[in-house]
Amino acid sequence: MKAYFGRRYMLSASHRLHSDALSAEENKAAYGKCNNPHGHGHNYIVEVLVGGAVDGETGMVVDLAELDEVVQTKVMQRFDHTNLNLDPLFLNQVPTTENLCRAVFDLLKGGIPSAKLEFVRVEETENNFFEYCGEQV
Amino acid sequence: MIELTRRATFSASHYYWNEAWSAEKNEEVFGRCANRNGHGHNYTLEVTVAGEPDKVTGFVVDLKWLKEVMQSEVLSAYDHRHLNLEAPEFAHVNPTTENIAIASWRRLEPAIREAGGARLTRVRVYETADIFAEYRGEA
Repeated sequence: MKAYFGRRYMLSASHRLHSDALSAEENKAAYGKCNNPHGHGHNYIVEVLVGGAVDGETGMVVDLAELDEVVQTKVMQRFDHTNLNLDPLFLNQVPTTENLCRAVFDLLKGGIPSAKLEFVRVEETENNFFEYCGEQV
Repeated sequence: MIELTRRATFSASHYYWNEAWSAEKNEEVFGRCANRNGHGHNYTLEVTVAGEPDKVTGFVVDLKWLKEVMQSEVLSAYDHRHLNLEAPEFAHVNPTTENIAIASWRRLEPAIREAGGARLTRVRVYETADIFAEYRGEA
């Protein structure tokens, strides 16, 4: 019996949306106040959904403590209370929440014991969020 | 096709225990959830149905009807109950959030199917604001 288990985490980080491929004016036009040279920050909500068979002995799709451990190690310790622009993953791509969402998915993919990573949602504020479920084949 | 989701809340107590295991193993695997005196949550049940809006009413389903189905099939059995002791499906199955989602689906699906029209596509159960499980009727 396949079911899904979801868990939400919060991380606080700063970023600046700026592309080296664009002129100063173009950056300003594309990113508006998010292009502020000093950056700004968000409390991001990272929602992780995993799917798999419900274990007959425990009634669980995934051990919550093990999922937490993976997310803590691979995502939270990496991004929480950091400047995203300085992370190697964002040296060559703008740390938009779209790109953060994909980065979180790729960091977690294959690392969840007993369950498959189905999708990652990152909420930048209460009013905008992004979802990624891997590349569609 | 349109999906429509209705939310309801219920409060219940539970504990996690596998009768085939020793007390030590239960405590090791389930931690504080293995406390046989139980503990409780305010659960949120989200029920999603899918269908075409009726040409006359514009409704996929009548929301009042869906509320009544959720009440009669799930909330009447789970709200202000001890799930292990009072819901028969959890007499020998752990009332994890995953299993509550599956059991809620089984309680809701026949009533929604018999009514015709919309079909049940998803049941999501939040145990806390940050933890949820979902069942989509898959084998």
